[in-house]
Order: sequence, then C-alpha cells, then structure tokens
Amino acid sequence: MTPMVDVRAAHKMFGDLHVLKGVDLTVAAGEVCVVLGPSGSGKSTLLRCLNELEVLTGGSVRIDGELLGYRKDSSGALHRLHPKAIARQRARIGMVFQRFHLFPHMTALENVVEAQVQVLRRPKAEARSKATELLERVGLSDRMGHYPAQLSGGQQQRVAIARALAMDPEIMLFDEPTSALDPELVGEVLAVMKDLAAGGMTMVVVTHEIGFAREVADHVVFMDEGVVVEEGPASQVIDAPAHERTREFLAHVL
Amino acid sequence: MSAASSTDPVPNRIHARPVPRPGRWIAAAIVLVLAAMAVHSLVTNPKFAWDTVGLYLRDVTVIRGVGWTLILTVGSMLIGIVLAVLLAIMRRSDNPVLRSVAWFYIWLFRGTPIWTQLVFWGLISVLYPTLSIGIPFGPEFVTFETQAVITAFWAALLGLGLNEAAYLAEIVRAGLGSVDKGQEEAARALGMKESTILRRIVIPQAMRVIVPPTGNETISMLKTTSLVSAVPFTLDLTFATNAIGNRIFEPIPLLIVSAFWYLLITSVLMVGQHYLERYYGRGTGESKPSGRGPRKPRLGRQAAIKASGTAKDAPFLEVTP
Repeated sequence: MTPMVDVRAAHKMFGDLHVLKGVDLTVAAGEVCVVLGPSGSGKSTLLRCLNELEVLTGGSVRIDGELLGYRKDSSGALHRLHPKAIARQRARIGMVFQRFHLFPHMTALENVVEAQVQVLRRPKAEARSKATELLERVGLSDRMGHYPAQLSGGQQQRVAIARALAMDPEIMLFDEPTSALDPELVGEVLAVMKDLAAGGMTMVVVTHEIGFAREVADHVVFMDEGVVVEEGPASQVIDAPAHERTREFLAHVL
Repeated sequence: MSAASSTDPVPNRIHARPVPRPGRWIAAAIVLVLAAMAVHSLVTNPKFAWDTVGLYLRDVTVIRGVGWTLILTVGSMLIGIVLAVLLAIMRRSDNPVLRSVAWFYIWLFRGTPIWTQLVFWGLISVLYPTLSIGIPFGPEFVTFETQAVITAFWAALLGLGLNEAAYLAEIVRAGLGSVDKGQEEAARALGMKESTILRRIVIPQAMRVIVPPTGNETISMLKTTSLVSAVPFTLDLTFATNAIGNRIFEPIPLLIVSAFWYLLITSVLMVGQHYLERYYGRGTGESKPSGRGPRKPRLGRQAAIKASGTAKDAPFLEVTP
C-alpha cells in the first residue's frame, strides 16, 4: 500500500546552514507519527517541507504517492510546478501552527468558512454548515461569532484545527500545537487531537508533549542535528530508547 | 467609623487632597485672555468685512468651486489609491521588471514638485499635439487631438492622481509589510493562491495601517487641489475665491470664505476617517462579536489592555478631578 507520507533523503540548506541532512520518513495512512527532538534538530523544518512551506534542497516528498512541488517527465527530469498546482497540493494537507495564525479580521466561523469558499469553491451555505459542525466538534459552538482576539489560546488553536479540517485533508500536520499555550489550556487541544487520531486521521505531530506521544503515537521519530536518530513505536523510543542522545533528551523533557 | 463605611467594600478608603496644579489655572487664564483678544479683534476690526464674508460664503461661483475641489480631491485620490495598490503589489512581486518599474515610478513622481508636474500635464498638448492608438512604431488606428482629450480638468486630475499614487504606494507597501508573515503562511497552507491571499487575508489586515495615513493624505489632497491653477484649471475653490477677492478689491474676506469651506470639508473628512478606522479595526478586540452565535463576549486583548489601564485610549487625557 502507498504510504501517506514518503520522505526520501531530504536535505534542506538555509544558506550555509545544513538543517536536514538526509531524512527518511514513512507514515502509513491512518497512522499518528510524533516527531520529537531538541530545538534546532530540524523537526519543524521537516514538517514544513511536507506541505512545501519550505522547499527541499535535495530529496523528495510524496504525499499519497504524489510528488510534492515537481513534475517528473518521461526522461526523469524534474520540472517545478506552477504555484497554482502547488496550492492545489497544499489544499489536501492540513496544517496547524504553534502560534495559531487565525485570520484576526474574521470571526471563528468565518475563519473556518474562508478557504472552503475561496479554494474548494464550496457554496457559502454548505461551507457554513460544515464549519458549524466542525466548531461544534472541537467544542466551540458558543464561540462562532467571536473574533480570535476574543478567544483564549486553547480556543484559538481549536478553531485553527477546525479550519484545517474543513478542507477535508488527507493528512494533518501539527507544528508544536501546544507550545504557545498556558499549561491549563494544553489539555483541551490535545483532547481534540486525540479525538482526531481515534477517528483515523493520518497525523504528523511535532511536539514536546511526551505524554501525548506515548498515548497516541503509532510511530515516534526522534531527530537531532538534522537526522533521524531513532524511530519506532512509543514503547520503544520513549520507554526504552536505544541511543544515548535520545535518553539525554527524554531526561530533560520528562 | 460612620454608617456609610459598612456598605463600602473598602473599609480604609483613602481620602487625600490631590496634588495642587496651579500651572493649569495660570495656563487657562492666559489662554482665556488671548482668546478674548482674538474674538474682540475679529468683531471690531472692520477689515475682516464679515458682511462680505457672509455674502460670498453662498456665492454660486464659490459653491461651484467647492464642488470642483471635492471632485478633484475624490477623483485624484481614487486614481492614486488604485495605482498605489498596483505599485505596492508590484514592489513586492517576484518579478524584477515589475519591481524596478514601480521603484522608478515612485522615484520620479516623489522626486519632482507637484507644481512642476501640474504645469507639465497642462503643457502635454504642446509636447504631443496628437495622441494615437496603434502598433508601437507601426500603423496608427485612431488619432485624437490631445487638447480635446486632456482638458484642463483631466490634466489637473491626472497630475494630482499620478503624484499622489507615488506617496500612497509607500503607505500601502508599509501596510502590506505590517501583516504578520504567519498569516500568509497559514493561508498558503490552506491552499490559497497568492492573489487570494493578498485580496482576502493581507490587504484587509493591512487596511488598519493604511487607512489612517490615507485619510491624512486625503485631507492634504483637499488643499493640494488649490495648486491646479498651475495647469491652469480655474474652477476650484481657491481660484474662485481669489478671483472674486481681486475683482472686488477685498482679498481678506474671500480668504476667510475659502478657509471656512476647506475647514468644513476637512471636518467632514475627519468624521469619515474615524468610522473607516473603526470598521477596519474590527477583530482587534475593540468591537463586539458579530450577530452570529450567542453573545457572550470575552474581553478582547486590546480591551483587556485598555481595562488594565496601563495604556490609555486618549494618551493626553488625564484623570484627575
């Protein structure tokens, strides 16, 4: 079966800075993959490469078998895709950011409606009922008319998750979704993510929430200095790490 | 303790005398005297000729002048805004040709006096007596007399609008640049095209930064229209009042007439600007949630800051009895 995410030998340079040094990553459909690692390990960059917010310097990313950002011709040469084609690819990949990035001039409901109408060309009424349904699902049915500035961090992040889900993505990417939240608000966001995982969504989650990783992840990846140090089920990587570097990191965050 | 203290939640409420502020009373006294002197001279100095002012305030030529000044202001600002948005988008474009063209335009139109530009547009028909539509360096299909197409009015409107575009472009560029990069990223991650991101996400947020200085530019433009005599366009408010003043040998009352009208229009524009700013400020916590959904507004961040009192709504307002 084609994996949902297939990253091969990914390299990323920012100028002279070598951030990803040959990363391979495979995530099967329906799987929850948690990426752990110290800051600067390249885990966020890897995640951002999965929807072309960063362009790889070398290697390839395939989402559900489709090469991201390029077209391969019959001779095997790569052609960069037109921005519109890349936008179409991104529309199938949901992303949740550390700092939410809700559109501040739109209410929670309008945030969730916007891309459905602008990108998927859904009729307004349909988009609105979908948005209402999703906001109810993340427990915000009484906050739909509120602007982001009138919501708590946890509520904003749940709106952001609903906004991404409204596109019916094949996969959801989470970039440290709880790192900007007050401790008492982390739980409500993790609960929504757990619910999503239980529903069979393919997820790649960059996080420092070891508890979440242990409970929800099918697959844990530990990265350091641009490479995957070790990966496997949570019970192995978190509870019985094979590498010294992993043990050191876990000792710090646990 | 008195009986009242039993209802006061603060049993040891502080009752202290405020700091004496004699400076305020002195300042008030000085200003009062100066104001009285000013009013007195306005009333008693016959050279103000208030009856002439009253007569010409509603003069047909003057009112028509107000109309033309308004048309020039609104028209040139519209040209300016449309061009400025275009120029600002060109300046952030990936395309180096568009970027350079925009830079050159702004350099040229900001670098020369508006008077020079207005005279130039007035003389365009001397420079190019005919205008043609055709293939560059090839055959021409339609030819116009320049003087017939670019009349004094159009020359004035174009001159003001093209000049204003250069200034507004920088305001728009600053506005677009003020929007958090995360906004574009979030929109991109949702699969929006660049043009959609600009139109739906970036520009609406940039408006908050763009509107106040644009309002300022509009008020400034209202008075810059008085330079259209350079074209020469002779129907605007300043030209009309100057002409009357010179004809009846009473320039001062006519200056007051024109000042009155400029002030009145400026005041109306200021009210409009206030409402525009309020509209584009929505979502920053100062406005109520929209009608959809039950209303149970949490305190927005700006409102919370305001409520905390660390920053005041009107920074020059002090709260002392």
